[in-house]
Amino acid sequence: MAAGGRGWFRALALGVSFLKCLLIPAYYSTDFEVHRNWLAITHNLPLSQWYYEATSEWTLDYPPFFAWFEFALSHVAKYFDPKMLVIENLNYTSRATIFFQRFSVICTDLLFIYAVRECCRCVNGKRAAKDILEKPTFILAVLLLWNFGLLIVDHIHFQYNGFLFGLMLLSVARLCQKRYLEGALLFAVLLHFKHIYVYVAPAYGIYLLRSYCFTANNADGSLKWRSFSLLHVTLLGLIVCLVSALSLGPFIVLGQLPQVISRLFPFKRGLCHAYWAPNFWALYNAVDKALTIFGLKCNFLDPTKIPKASMTGGLVQEFQHTVLPSVTPLATLICTFISILPSVFCLWFKPQGPRGFLQCLVLCALSSFMFGWHVHEKAILLAILPLSLLSVQRAKDAGIYLILTTTGHFSLFPLLFTSPELPIKILLMLLFTVYSFSSLKSLFRRERPLLTWLETIYLVQLVPLEIFCEIIFPLTPWKRHFPFVPLLLTSVYCALGVTYAWLKLYLSVLTERIPARQKAE
Amino acid sequence: MFLGGERTGTVSSAVKCLWNKNLDGIVAMFMVFFQVPFGLLQRPAMEKWSLMTITVLLALTVRWTVSLGSYSGAGRPPMYGDYEAQRHWQEVTYNLPIRQWYFNTSDNNLLYWGLDYPPLTAYHSFLCAYIAKLINPDWIALHTSRGYESQPHKLFMRTTVFVADLLVYIPAVILYCFSLKETSTKKKVSSALCILLYPGLILIDHGHFQYNSVSLGFALWGVLCLSYDWDLLGSVAFCLALNYKQMELYHSLPFFCYLLGKCFKKGLKGKGLILLIKIAGTVVVSFAVCWLPFCTDMAQIMQVLRRLFPIDRGLFEDKVANIWCSLSVLIKIKNIVSPQTQLKLSFAVTFLSLLPTCIKLTIQPSLRGFKFALVSCALSFFLFSFQVHEKSILLVSVMLPLLLKDGLLLPYAVTTLAFLSICVASFSIFEKTSAEDLQLKPFSLSLKGYVSWFKSFPKIVRSLFLLSVTLMGLLSLASAAVSPPQRLPDLFPVSVSLVSCLHFLLFWVYFNIVILWDSKNRSQKKIS
Repeated sequence: MAAGGRGWFRALALGVSFLKCLLIPAYYSTDFEVHRNWLAITHNLPLSQWYYEATSEWTLDYPPFFAWFEFALSHVAKYFDPKMLVIENLNYTSRATIFFQRFSVICTDLLFIYAVRECCRCVNGKRAAKDILEKPTFILAVLLLWNFGLLIVDHIHFQYNGFLFGLMLLSVARLCQKRYLEGALLFAVLLHFKHIYVYVAPAYGIYLLRSYCFTANNADGSLKWRSFSLLHVTLLGLIVCLVSALSLGPFIVLGQLPQVISRLFPFKRGLCHAYWAPNFWALYNAVDKALTIFGLKCNFLDPTKIPKASMTGGLVQEFQHTVLPSVTPLATLICTFISILPSVFCLWFKPQGPRGFLQCLVLCALSSFMFGWHVHEKAILLAILPLSLLSVQRAKDAGIYLILTTTGHFSLFPLLFTSPELPIKILLMLLFTVYSFSSLKSLFRRERPLLTWLETIYLVQLVPLEIFCEIIFPLTPWKRHFPFVPLLLTSVYCALGVTYAWLKLYLSVLTERIPARQKAE
Repeated sequence: MFLGGERTGTVSSAVKCLWNKNLDGIVAMFMVFFQVPFGLLQRPAMEKWSLMTITVLLALTVRWTVSLGSYSGAGRPPMYGDYEAQRHWQEVTYNLPIRQWYFNTSDNNLLYWGLDYPPLTAYHSFLCAYIAKLINPDWIALHTSRGYESQPHKLFMRTTVFVADLLVYIPAVILYCFSLKETSTKKKVSSALCILLYPGLILIDHGHFQYNSVSLGFALWGVLCLSYDWDLLGSVAFCLALNYKQMELYHSLPFFCYLLGKCFKKGLKGKGLILLIKIAGTVVVSFAVCWLPFCTDMAQIMQVLRRLFPIDRGLFEDKVANIWCSLSVLIKIKNIVSPQTQLKLSFAVTFLSLLPTCIKLTIQPSLRGFKFALVSCALSFFLFSFQVHEKSILLVSVMLPLLLKDGLLLPYAVTTLAFLSICVASFSIFEKTSAEDLQLKPFSLSLKGYVSWFKSFPKIVRSLFLLSVTLMGLLSLASAAVSPPQRLPDLFPVSVSLVSCLHFLLFWVYFNIVILWDSKNRSQKKIS
């Protein structure tokens, strides 16, 4: 702490890495086997069979760059335990395998740490306090590095989100530093690592077009059409095309593009994941369920016609609504598109530099989370991490950030359901929540309170909800007949918070006026 | 703060009836208690309470993550390890009548992890057994549960340690750090962080499996009470610690000398005598309460004592980093001298090594001296006394071989590194080590009179520190990775204990110097 200078950043990064190492023996989900299988596939098979191999049910469904990443990892893995690279060794685990896989996540997180460092440099130090604990950069570094969601999803549940988010944050940082081409390149690469980031692509596209392809604005802030730069557009196009060619090219040559696409976008899955992500569709399902029960009570509905619906029963499956119309993939696509549109318009017509871009990025991520098809609860991190950057700069965003992180992180709780991990998730959640509340409160202590009393009550009620779901409910007799009730309660309650945060952020972005000083720029 | 004042008023008036004196101490204690919630409500800033909360949460997280790992003797029949010992005590205390706990009977084979800790440990085991019975009776079934291991049971056992730690040790540490005077909030928080993240205790309690935090916590409560001048409660707390683990005898002499010195200072004819009688009465009563079920019979008490102090086991057992074990590399004391002489020898040396500190403390009782004396006396006991366990000094590097055996290498490496970096960062050893910081100013001043070249004390300390850290790092690495040569299979454990012993000796000398050269006016000026 007292080391001063940049020492605190090293301490934070080192501390969280130590914590990650301690989490190595913790529980891991089936995603562990997924990645082991991908290691085996990419190690043993030629490129042409990567997207056809189906010995395991966990087929390769990430874009080619990620497959190449696994390929590279597999060449290190063979020194640890060659048996994990055998495709037929389904569900293979050994100490060396666990150690290698866990450690690969920890090591690739170095990119994330670097990206956070770059992001911290972009935050203006106007509010530079004497106390290091109250500097925005310090708070931002903690909020990103010690992010609860990232810790449990990557280092307990097991995934490789760390370095992917690192790529995203790095591209954001580059755009903030006006190094547009680098930012675009990083984002293009990221898209070919994991295609979920396509949700935030509109923000990137519009921002690059507006501030890179058009080099000047009129005095009132509107667009100066004549400043269009053909060179810049060509450069951008070239970068995107080259990256895509590098990634998808081999498969186009092999004529496998349709197969790759079908693996990447599995629309055969249901509207919601087995555990509903806290989004609009969770509310929709809940209303449908409530109406069904109400209808049955009042004899509006015929019990024999109702499909046996076990919505949160367990497996990924298609789900029929009974009262409300069923939702098709196309409908969700249209909803997502419509919900993204206003934020993109905002970015185009009210340019505010990097801040506006970040707002649009968060809104795109949140909107697609709200209305997307088969959304995972983990996708909320896509909105939470960029919002951290905004939260340390303005009190209004900080309030929204607190609501969104608390509910979003709480909705991740069902990911870890084993009892040894129960204390870990609660302690880590408390750690992060206490820190984010107290630090942001002290950062904006001169402004009005971050949360209204209603919001505070909503957030405080998460505590009894958690106690009910984890402790009281398993003791009641309903446990056997309605095992999905805790999940349903969690996701619906969190959906309220996430929706509220989304609306609030949208309102604040749409009603915001551009300060006169920025107009002149 | 108005409400807080009112509440402390009502509480303290209730306590007033019991103790007429020491009111200031009581009020101070309750001030500390009640500031916690009010501090959280009042101040919007990132104040010490939220920082402390974060510190505690961090400490708890690390404890629980360490406890995910393996424990001592996991899956190694027939004797298993300390984990099985604790489980066996639960079995014994729950199923047998209290009279048979310490006796060898057909149901209680003392050779298989017989109870050899004082009564409070036994009661604690009994309490845990009661809860275990509610969850799963198989865990503590007589005879049949021997060597019982399962995931839920591990979870249960880990939880008992966690809860004990949370209830006894952590509050004591937090209050202790707040009681430190003349330091900034940041300093208080960082010292709390260092104490709470101390890897030795975490690894032994939550990794290897023991309940050291309970006895240490009680002892710390005792120190805390003494620092608020609440002598009676302090002695009760320390009696509890002593009755939880006989190891706390290491700390008993400083307590005794400090309190005695305090009585002397007040005058043995007036107030001092009353205080002395009061303290003695408290100690006797609290001991009597703890030993009540065993007081029916003299044979019972003698048997318990025999179990607690097994004199027939010899001077030392395994590789312990004390003087005797290190000397035995050169001279095989165990073979030359008879056990009786060994006992007398170790007793004499221990007594001599303790003497200077204790005399100094009795003549000039000060809190500062008291705290230093705690360390130096514990070190003396560890270095020179009879039948020492390596776990009794909770220093990480000493226990390395032990932890290696338990398969706790990764937590060991990680927590130790983390602790080292925290310490380096928060005390900034490399930047500003001065004679003043090391409390060595009086000594070096007096030394300068004789030896003119003796100027660069901090420099020596710094290089010594670096040397010792690299040495320990190398040894850790070697014992983890390199297999020892065939002729010397115990090479690494022995060298680890030798190096540690050297360190302890140095520290012992250092602390004794600090205590003895501590002049009186200084100690009054800076009581902290």
